Amino acid sequence: MNETSLSWRQTLFNGKVNTLITVSLLASLVWFAWNFLPWAVFNAVFTADLEACRAARGSGACWGLIEEKWKLIVFGRYPFEEIWRPIVASIMMLAACLVMSQRQWWTPLILFSAAGVIALSVALMIGGFAGLSSIPTERLGGLALTLLLAIVGNILSLPLAVALALGRTSNLPFIRVVCSGFIELVRGVPLITVLFMASFMFPLFLPSGMNPDVLLRVTGGLILFSAAYQAEVIRGGINSVPRGQIEAAQALGMSYWLIQTKIVLPQAFRVVVPPLVNSFIAIFKDTSLVTIVSMFELFGSLRLALADPQWRPFFIEGFIFVALIYWVFCSAMSRYSRGLERDFAVARR
Amino acid sequence: MRLSLPSNPRIRSLLWQILLAGLLGVMAWFFVGNLTENLAKRGISFGYDFLSGPAGFDIGERAIAYDADSSYWLAFLVGILNTLRVAVLGIVAATALGLVIAIGALSRNPLLAGLCRSYVEVLRNIPLLVQLFFWYLLLATVLPNSQQPFEILPHLFISKNGFQFPWLSPEAGVLLEYPELGTFGLTGGATLSPEFLALFIGLATYTSAFIAEVIRAGILAVPKGQTEAAASLGLRRLQILKLVVLPQALRVIIPPTTNQYLNLTKNSSLAVAIGYPEVVSVATTTLNQSGRAVEAISILMLVYLTFSLITSFLMHRFEAATRLKER
Amino acid sequence: MFKKSVIGTAVTLGLAIAASPVLANKTLESVKSKGTLSCGIHTGLGGFGIADSAGKWTGFDVDFCRAVAAAALSDNTKVRYVPLNAAQRFAALQSGEIDVLSRNTTWTMSRDTQLGLTFGATTYYDGQGFLVNKSLKVKSVKGLKGATVCVQSGTTTEKNMADYFRANKITYKPVVIEDFKASVAAYVEGRCQAYTTDASGLAAIRANDVKNPNDHIILPEIISKEPLGPVVRRGDEDWAKLVSWVHFAMLTAEELGITSANVDEKRSDTNPEVQRLLGQGNNDFGKSMGLDPAWAYRVIKQVGNYGEVFERNVGRNTPLKLDRGPNALWTNGGLQYAPPIR
Repeated sequence: MNETSLSWRQTLFNGKVNTLITVSLLASLVWFAWNFLPWAVFNAVFTADLEACRAARGSGACWGLIEEKWKLIVFGRYPFEEIWRPIVASIMMLAACLVMSQRQWWTPLILFSAAGVIALSVALMIGGFAGLSSIPTERLGGLALTLLLAIVGNILSLPLAVALALGRTSNLPFIRVVCSGFIELVRGVPLITVLFMASFMFPLFLPSGMNPDVLLRVTGGLILFSAAYQAEVIRGGINSVPRGQIEAAQALGMSYWLIQTKIVLPQAFRVVVPPLVNSFIAIFKDTSLVTIVSMFELFGSLRLALADPQWRPFFIEGFIFVALIYWVFCSAMSRYSRGLERDFAVARR
Repeated sequence: MRLSLPSNPRIRSLLWQILLAGLLGVMAWFFVGNLTENLAKRGISFGYDFLSGPAGFDIGERAIAYDADSSYWLAFLVGILNTLRVAVLGIVAATALGLVIAIGALSRNPLLAGLCRSYVEVLRNIPLLVQLFFWYLLLATVLPNSQQPFEILPHLFISKNGFQFPWLSPEAGVLLEYPELGTFGLTGGATLSPEFLALFIGLATYTSAFIAEVIRAGILAVPKGQTEAAASLGLRRLQILKLVVLPQALRVIIPPTTNQYLNLTKNSSLAVAIGYPEVVSVATTTLNQSGRAVEAISILMLVYLTFSLITSFLMHRFEAATRLKER
Repeated sequence: MFKKSVIGTAVTLGLAIAASPVLANKTLESVKSKGTLSCGIHTGLGGFGIADSAGKWTGFDVDFCRAVAAAALSDNTKVRYVPLNAAQRFAALQSGEIDVLSRNTTWTMSRDTQLGLTFGATTYYDGQGFLVNKSLKVKSVKGLKGATVCVQSGTTTEKNMADYFRANKITYKPVVIEDFKASVAAYVEGRCQAYTTDASGLAAIRANDVKNPNDHIILPEIISKEPLGPVVRRGDEDWAKLVSWVHFAMLTAEELGITSANVDEKRSDTNPEVQRLLGQGNNDFGKSMGLDPAWAYRVIKQVGNYGEVFERNVGRNTPLKLDRGPNALWTNGGLQYAPPIR
């Protein structure tokens, strides 16, 4: 008999302990559904009616909060007449990411054009050229800002991460020490300190007069932080390439850079992509921290929306909405990374 | 045949390193020069002597004696102790919870395995800050008023003031101090504030999801033959887990788990958003009161780097000790 | 041997840094060349600096920004508002991100001498107080023994509270929260029994954030002096003077009975004080500040005099219902006293 196709009787109710666990779990699930479903669906208020919401308080959810505040949560305080710009920019960025995720399209040309599309979307949101009005960066917010920070922060950090990883595995002692020092320093401190540095201290290190925009500084901090973590992942990949490959290439007379770009990095790539996606997921979640330096991305916009004292009591509905958005993005990436891992594992055999 | 200078690999590697050193030197000169110029122009002085001056602010929760007259470095110490308090308790709780969830996820009961896997999937894919605020707002709404605390067990109270319980009293004559009801709520005994509770619950549940994955992967990494051999000896599932699989899995589990412990400690810095006075919160208050941004943030980074280095060091020792001594 | 990529990266980096706007040493020149005034304001305090859902900022401090823009740029709408929390405000000013900080900031000696900043005229004389729920039946601050008090971090209020309670031997528990709205919410939800900030802020909270304003009282004791006003960077005296004299012009206008409604007629008034203020005749007091003669005229016409700004934002007809109190003109027993424009 095939071991994996045991009947549900045998897996759920064999033995006293198992039965006890199953029964108590089923009871909890039923109790939870019994209480949650009426609140979330049957008695819930779906329109932005404050009176109805207050009347339903305790017995029904107020999804009207979403209807009332979704513009703030998804787009931040972007001027409403130009709302097409973050919408188009977000769609473009997501499309570029989808293109970059398909293995059959991993050629330098396509990857560079995807990067170009992303740069174009950022420019579209900020404006200031070709007739588009210039939007001050503190008006950027909501999901559009989260996507911008996550995508730009993850992609711009890759070149730096590759450089750091190569530096850390290099034979030149000074370079190795500097790169290792940088990586360990950045990985050892929380992202909040890096954001504080970018927000409070960085302007002091520039000549008086130079004053880069807050968005630029925060994105820079995010890029440095993410590069250090990605560098470790890439280094793991580089170390996984058998030494024999490098020795063979050296025997053929290839220079260091030729070996790295033609032999080592392409092979490291396969090992590296799944954990790299995991690091992307971590940075995506970490964008929520920029609320601490007063930038209102998705979670910050939710808090801004909840600052309205009339809608504040319905914070649970707001949190569920935002948590759902994060969950959808992160679990999609996580599923993708697991799929990649499976494909690569099969290929290696 | 003499190779021309740049073709000699030794000279070339030296030149690269000199180039990098030069680049770093120029950058350092640029940044430090600007910093000193800006500080001088604004009339801000640089130095760590301000640390012995009076702090001037109070800290709500503290493990050692501290008041507004104490020095800044004592304030930092209070912050560090608060960080360690939530980190240690969080690590213990996260490990215990993670172990339970991991074993549940490997169970053959599809209901239990499904629930545990959903727990991990949900908690890993929502940012920690969102979860922390959720717990904090939930506690703020659900907990009873401080004037009407709820007594869970005799002398153990919970209210908007937090979790209050009897504790050793420093004053002579009384060994244990019990919380008593006053005009504004309970006084006496020890208190764990709602900020601490929210941080503790949030950190413990979030990190437990990651630790559960690590433990599960470690258990699955132990060769199946071990489990089969133990089963053929007549051991039950839990016994196999405890006596055969886990000890061998430990070698694979410990390094990533230590990484998670470090992440938990670094994640405790998010407490600044919900008002728990750990070291980042103390550093930002110091930054504001004294105006010494560079010094305060450098102290902060030093504290966390110390935590990281100690953890890395301990992990290296453990790895060296448990490395498979292959022939 | 030099890789093209290395040179290319270095050049791009240099260009990127150079492309950021460069501020001249003189703030007025840079404001004029930028065409907008960068003004640091509150993230959201009713009556002082608050945005509606369309993103339009109003408030007492916001109006002051508009007045400075009217004087320096001739247009009170050319302001870029930068909302800042208490922790970021001084860093933003020190770094040059904003030109003036108008965010109910208290003038203290340490801030004046140690942070590289200069305080302008005091636009609002305030003091720190406590807000409590009436149900606690507390009539005075001394009755707060053992209470939990919410306060925002990074403010003078934190320190003042510590000093006052220590001096009066009152034990208390502070709950210090970074975000202003979050700290107010903690009080409203019952996490703490009292909230402390400047009395004007307490009035705003009682008007806007609590469920029923009549359930809360502001305790009678004012435990500190909080002179609030605009702040600028040290090292640019001309700009500091300009900012202060905008406030003095608004006070002088109120003293002379000039409002935004009658300022046009007042231009033909023969009173020499009015003529000097509005830059009529040969009077040109703006020149030495780098402005044209009609600088004060624009301030009054586009924004109003001090009394108008006060009544519009925090006065008796607003939800805050604040009295002029110490902010009345010196002729009415208050502290607002402008040096003569002469």
